[in-house]
Amino acid sequence: MNFDFSDDQKLLRKTAREYLAEHAPLTLCRAVLESEASYSDTLWKGVAELGWLGTAIPEEYGGAGFGRLELVAIAEELGHALAPIPFSSSIYLASEALQLAGSAAQKQQYLPKLASGEWIGSFAHAERPGEQGAAEITTTFSNGKLSGAKVPVADGATAHFAIVTTQAGKDIGLALVDLTGSGVTRTTVRSIDPSRSLASLRFDGAPAQLLANAGGWATVQTLLDRAAVLMAFEQVGGASRAFEITREYTLGRYAFGRAIASFQAIKHRLADLYVEIELARSNCYYGAWALGNDAPELRVAACGARASATDAFELASKEMIQLHGGVGYTWEFDCHLFYRRSKWLAAALGSANQWREQLIQRLEQ
Amino acid sequence: MDFNDTAEEAKFRAEARAWLAAHAEALKPGERAAGIEVRAEPGGLQRAQDWQAKKADAGWACITWPKEYGGRGATAIQSVIWNQEEARFKTPPNVFGIGQGMLGPTIMVHGSDEQKQRYLRPMLRGEEIWCQLFSEPSAGSDLAGLRTSAVRDGDDWVINGQKIWTTGAQYCKWGMIVCRTDPGAEKHKGITYFIVDMQAPGIEIRPIKQINGLSGFNEVFFADVRVADTNRVGGVNEGWRAALTTLMNERHSIGGGGGGPDFNDLMQLAKHTAWNGRPALEDHAVRQQLARFYTRLKGLQYTSYRTQTALSRGQTPGPESSIGKLVGAPLRQEMAIFALDLEGPAGASTDKTVAPQDAAWQQSFLGAPGLRLAGGTDEILRNIIAERVLGLPPEIRADKGMAFKDVPTGPKNT
Repeated sequence: MNFDFSDDQKLLRKTAREYLAEHAPLTLCRAVLESEASYSDTLWKGVAELGWLGTAIPEEYGGAGFGRLELVAIAEELGHALAPIPFSSSIYLASEALQLAGSAAQKQQYLPKLASGEWIGSFAHAERPGEQGAAEITTTFSNGKLSGAKVPVADGATAHFAIVTTQAGKDIGLALVDLTGSGVTRTTVRSIDPSRSLASLRFDGAPAQLLANAGGWATVQTLLDRAAVLMAFEQVGGASRAFEITREYTLGRYAFGRAIASFQAIKHRLADLYVEIELARSNCYYGAWALGNDAPELRVAACGARASATDAFELASKEMIQLHGGVGYTWEFDCHLFYRRSKWLAAALGSANQWREQLIQRLEQ
Repeated sequence: MDFNDTAEEAKFRAEARAWLAAHAEALKPGERAAGIEVRAEPGGLQRAQDWQAKKADAGWACITWPKEYGGRGATAIQSVIWNQEEARFKTPPNVFGIGQGMLGPTIMVHGSDEQKQRYLRPMLRGEEIWCQLFSEPSAGSDLAGLRTSAVRDGDDWVINGQKIWTTGAQYCKWGMIVCRTDPGAEKHKGITYFIVDMQAPGIEIRPIKQINGLSGFNEVFFADVRVADTNRVGGVNEGWRAALTTLMNERHSIGGGGGGPDFNDLMQLAKHTAWNGRPALEDHAVRQQLARFYTRLKGLQYTSYRTQTALSRGQTPGPESSIGKLVGAPLRQEMAIFALDLEGPAGASTDKTVAPQDAAWQQSFLGAPGLRLAGGTDEILRNIIAERVLGLPPEIRADKGMAFKDVPTGPKNT
């Protein structure tokens, strides 16, 4: 049984932790959240320089040529730091879409720039409130032109290009569109977590090309499965950080003559939270195995990873506020950074309920 | 990252499988081996003992025990592999787990050479079965609050008192008992550990009926029971150390609690029972709950893989290894409750011709509360995680530093 990361992968994670501890303290997330900035350009350039963006991009396209197991190690640490950068849009979604379904020419054109960080990629899928399945897509593509509206799009205001789910003939296609080109209107929309920006995109006959090797809605689902596992590691990282901070707080906060961490009600809640995070982590490990080995089990593994990680981060962020007492509800304390991020990530690829429904559908098949 | 054995593990697994294949019948798909309830059936206990002796003769009994006591000095991961392989065969159940898993290892650490020579080999061979005499009506979670007394009398000790929840006492030759030997000392410092002959005069075993109707465990009463001082394990008033060794091994030896209906059974149940005129499996709320159960069960399974990986690498398993029982026991109860809800009014019947799936969920419902209590209650497990894993402060002890005889044991009478 070898259900763990290798020593090299663990070292990568440790290195990432150390880098982010120095270059992405929570004050950085707060700075982006409180300002008009959409992300931290300094941190973006920093992680690009370290080669993190190209971790799972093949060397022939300017990446480091490692695999998804290395990428999840970085994802977890980015989550732990609440890193305020468009890493997920560029790397879990745009890069994965290109690698999954792009032609050699499309990969050659876009992947090196994603790896270097020169371009930010985004994924535009949702069009209105509620679940986003194939049936909900009204965006159309024909004769090389894209028309429709997508909202919200993570990092849509700052990305250079978008991969857009669209009707394409009888099936669903993935359209590549230059967001700086003609026929594109984009506006920032307010985010529940302003450290992670959202935008509204409108396409009026915008020139676009379909990803050549996409296989319809099934490809979109595979893309979402991959992104779900990668994002689940971010969620577990965030949940762990929320837990660590809360534990420290309860050890230092005294009431009735002793640390509040010595009260059994609080001890038991922290024990329960620890348990939920570890269960989510184990489900993420399985997702990582499936992703790293390109296994058909990814279809089910991704659902379990996302559902459990979403629930764990949500619980951690709620408990963080509650166990901090009154100050947990202040802007000044960091609790709300986690509360916001947990909800942003919960919404990003569809709710946990949606993924639970998908899990049962896939078990039935 | 993979699920593969190392080359050494694969070799060991093949060896184990070959021996088992030559000496036992493989289980057919869907078939389950008998559980420990068979020891109550005629010949059931003998069959279990015969199989144990066969394994012992071939060097496959208690494989993690040192060779000098009949084991093969196997590693923890080899023990996991052996158990996985044996589980694929139709063999009598292991009814020796308490002795072999907990009490034997206690003797190995704390026992005298004479005790090791006398007791370990027959225990390994299944010739002598052992029970654990720890809990009392007044001492369960607070085991150190025990009151059964042992008083020195010449070369013997005389034991008076009562133990409870003693699994399998009626089948046992020996028991390991913790007794109060100095009521004037603080509670942990006045305990001594003994080996007691379960056939000794003065011992009375009374079965306890559980809410599921079975009697897996007992009360054991001691009236002037004599134990030779040569059967004392460890020093006088130093028994708590040996008790901790026993308890530490309990965590590792209690089996996965397999058996009973599982998630696949629940899916089948949802498929074949109706909800709003359609199969329940088509209902959104049912699907959401099934997904929650599945994800939680898998979380447990993958956590055990992480533990196995640590063992395979010769490392100490991480703290996440301690969550299994705390998560698994309540989960089993919740699944049973959900299943019975799906069954509608039929859920109220334990009749196999009325309730689906041979009323398995009814049995699971009735058995589940016990799992949340035995071997560490949910609440104690939370305390253990909080204190030992998370490093949070220990409970304030109202009896700290107090002589045992002065510790309150009930409301004050005014």
